[in-house]
Amino acid sequence: MANYDILIVGAGHNGLVAAAYLAKAGQRVLVLEKQPGVGGAAVSEELSPGYHFSTCADGTGYLAPEIQKDLGLAGRGLSILPADPVVFAPLPDGNHLTFWRDTARTAGEIERLSKRDAERYPAFVELMGRVATVVGGIARITPPDLPDVGLGDLRAMLPLAGPLRGLGRKHVSDLLRILPMPVADLLDEYFESDALKGAIAASAVRDITWGPQEAGTAYTFLYNWALAGTGLFRSAGVVKGGMGALTKSLAAAASALGAEIRTDAAVERILVEAGRAAGVLLAGGERIEAPLLVSNADPRSTFLELLDPTLQSARTVQHVRNIKYRGSAARIHLALSELPEFTSLAANEAPSRLCGAIQIAPSLTYLQRAYDCVKYGEFSPRPYLDLSIPTLLDPGLAPDGHHILSITAKYAPYSLRDGDWETRREAFVKTVLDTLAEYAPKIRDLVVHQHVFTPIDLEERFSLPEANPHHGEMTLDQFLHMRPIPGHARYRAPLPGLYLCGAGAHPGGNVTGLPGRNAAREILADKR
Amino acid sequence: MPLPTPFHSRTAACCTSQSWQEWSGYLAANSYQMEHIQEYIAVRTGSALFDVSPLYKYHLRGRDAARLLDRVVTRDVSKCRTGQVIYTAWCDDDGKIIDDGTLARVGEDFFRLTAAIPTLDWLQQNALAMQVEIEDVSPDYGALALQGPTSRALLQSLVEGDISDLGYFRIVDEKIAGVPLRISRTGFTGDLGYELFVEAEHAETLWDALLEHGLDYQMRPAGLQALDMARIEAGLVQLDADFTSTRQTIFDAQRNTPYELGLGWTVKLGKDFFVGQEALRAEKARGPALQTVGIVIDLAGVESAYSKFGMPLHLPYTSWNEATPIYSDGDRRNQVGKATSGTWSPILKQYVAMTRLKPQNAALGSRVYIEQSIEGKRFAVPAQVVAMPFFDPPRKRGDANTPNTPGNSGGSA
Ligand SMILES: Cc1cc2nc3c(=O)[nH]c(=O)nc-3n(C[C@H](O)[C@H](O)[C@H](O)COP(=O)(O)OP(=O)(O)OC[C@H]3O[C@@H](n4cnc5c(N)ncnc54)[C@H](O)[C@@H]3O)c2cc1C
Repeated sequence: MANYDILIVGAGHNGLVAAAYLAKAGQRVLVLEKQPGVGGAAVSEELSPGYHFSTCADGTGYLAPEIQKDLGLAGRGLSILPADPVVFAPLPDGNHLTFWRDTARTAGEIERLSKRDAERYPAFVELMGRVATVVGGIARITPPDLPDVGLGDLRAMLPLAGPLRGLGRKHVSDLLRILPMPVADLLDEYFESDALKGAIAASAVRDITWGPQEAGTAYTFLYNWALAGTGLFRSAGVVKGGMGALTKSLAAAASALGAEIRTDAAVERILVEAGRAAGVLLAGGERIEAPLLVSNADPRSTFLELLDPTLQSARTVQHVRNIKYRGSAARIHLALSELPEFTSLAANEAPSRLCGAIQIAPSLTYLQRAYDCVKYGEFSPRPYLDLSIPTLLDPGLAPDGHHILSITAKYAPYSLRDGDWETRREAFVKTVLDTLAEYAPKIRDLVVHQHVFTPIDLEERFSLPEANPHHGEMTLDQFLHMRPIPGHARYRAPLPGLYLCGAGAHPGGNVTGLPGRNAAREILADKR
Repeated sequence: MPLPTPFHSRTAACCTSQSWQEWSGYLAANSYQMEHIQEYIAVRTGSALFDVSPLYKYHLRGRDAARLLDRVVTRDVSKCRTGQVIYTAWCDDDGKIIDDGTLARVGEDFFRLTAAIPTLDWLQQNALAMQVEIEDVSPDYGALALQGPTSRALLQSLVEGDISDLGYFRIVDEKIAGVPLRISRTGFTGDLGYELFVEAEHAETLWDALLEHGLDYQMRPAGLQALDMARIEAGLVQLDADFTSTRQTIFDAQRNTPYELGLGWTVKLGKDFFVGQEALRAEKARGPALQTVGIVIDLAGVESAYSKFGMPLHLPYTSWNEATPIYSDGDRRNQVGKATSGTWSPILKQYVAMTRLKPQNAALGSRVYIEQSIEGKRFAVPAQVVAMPFFDPPRKRGDANTPNTPGNSGGSA
């Protein structure tokens, strides 16, 4: 039997990034993935013959450029096809808003809604860009280990000094003021157009269960801005071949560097010996031992299922139970016989305007209303829809002339007050298609195949508790030294020899690779 | 407003002093008569009947009940047999005490836990991934403590079956006046005694039956003042008097481990994981920073302090629970700990106190000094470290043949 220095539970993109960095440093690494394929929530699947969908994450992801470079992903099949515009937002009155990478060009579009807002837009982009740089810097550090009580230990704050340097006194206070704000209030300070504010705010709440008026959504907004790499609030473009191509290239890199990857290998238990992580027990009964263990599974599964919860400190159990998961999006994939027409767009303009993200969130009020329902366990009767048509940039994903349209539909709370997702599924899909049809009336006629993933489906299929896409909500209270739980934000679990490398660890979700890379850095530091 | 206990209609009728206090949200009598000494004397010479219904009571049932309790408490629950009761502490992750109580194994998968503070959430939090049903039955049961040398004979005269050979820390289900009750040979007085758990609706019937026959056994209702004197003599620490639950403290200095409280014997480090194990193991290896020991205060010393004011010897009339400094020297320069409770012990004719001292000052026989304040002036009065319990009669754990004398196997150094 082979000997391993490190076992990694899960071949999500973060597990693969960690594996690659650890293997690169000479460690003998084995990755164990329970699914038949690698990638976790960053996968592509041929859900209908000839149509390749990015089942969960799509677009370009936010994979950090330094990771792409360090691991030579370009040479292993990763090709990112950028899009401009970044966002196309159709409005109910036949108008629309397009966000281009170019600030002046976008200001020109905004002018149709408000001259005043158009004038203010460049200053907004400038300040947000500046502040987001710090958030991006913070995403790359290992969080300070803040003690349970008080902020007494100033040394612990030192890691923050790097990202904050260069921001200048004025902007540090901007940052501290902005982070805990509701994104709605932030936008109110700059703009008057409800439609404009809705279009900007939507991406901030796409992956969380809060609405734009909840405190701390400005942080989510800036997190996206920091990692998107478009100079704007979200990324734009696609991975050629779909999101799965990204994780395949990561797996190729990890393998080339010497890591071993086993699929169809579900870890059932993390073995503990003499108070240390000692190996794993696979579902089939096989035991594999190694002195170090890294979990790419979410913290709740890791601490309360893979580890025996009855053998853990009361504090850990309580902190882990307190992590908010509560996903609230469904994913709907459509195979289309042709490109849909949007009422607000002339046919000849369509391909060039629809290749980024398409957001149906025509105002801030609309977004907030959509959110209101989730508080009471209802899905939104007028949902916020986040669409992409990746075939515009990568026609090979569908048969000739056909397209795929992927929808992230919000809000679809994991726990419904009335009924369950089995019985409410059709009603929700109808709501989504009705909403979409208000902007693209003929959409139903074009649908060749339809694949629906309710929160329950996402949870089961992708091992995502409560269908949370980020292994725990990306809210301000679950950020930095609080992620995944206080006292253990530095990738080291309470059990010696066990580390966390997934989205549940700092900086959190999306296809950034940063939790995986940061964790590898800490593991290697401990080994020295 | 405090709630009435299930016995309130009866205790209120007896409580001629109208001296009540709040205990866990319930009304509890301090003493039934204007002065409490007769009630104390009943504990040691007849029987005292205490209404201890305000204790929190939990039922735990199911396959994992023992596993849950073994995770939570410091004693080894697997060693507790059906029909047995154990006294135990429970701690947080840092090994600091949360509470103490008695745990009765009613059936293989059925336990009853008593606690001084609300504990339901702590049990639930720790029951993750376990098959166990946890029920707070505090309001559903009334509880009486019948304590004193005649308690066995009194109970025996009332029960339908036979309790005369019920062993120390054992339980049995019985009936009195047709009312089912669970009898536990436990108590908080360090004497022969029993605790009776009865469904609230039958509480008054049970009380009436006890009162009807009690006089023949020198039994009387007794209040918290008598109970506190008796439990100090018995060397039993009490939450909120001698220590504070770590769940209700703010500062580290307020937290104590079982080792510091003289409860090290309840900590079974060798069993499987329990909350606080790691910290307690480290403390055991290191040696606790404090030790709980008894002191006997030198009466001549107290007398001489009073004589400085031309006053005669004066001793506190009731027990006290105020933290009081203990010094290694009569000049009060070097404080080595504090007394947490104290009382004049009528049966021992000694002035005793429970203290927490630095280990180097806690050896049996050591001389220490306790602070006394007389007319607003402070003195240090000599005292001697002794073992606890101060009072420990053989009848406490003995059988029906144990002589019923005031003999004492505990006490002085
Ligand atoms: C519907 C949806 C849409 C999203 N859209 C986007 C998007 O557009 N852009 C973006 O950047 N991000 C998006 N995300 C978020 C992003 O996909 C995730 O944050 C990211 O993929 C998390 O990566 P990870 O490696 O940390 O965890 P995961 O991808 O969840 O990987 C964890 C891996 O561990 C495996 N595993 C778990 N338990 C075990 C076990 N016991 N034994 C063996 N293996 C195990 C799982 O099978 C999985 O492969 C989306 C997520 C969802 C669900």
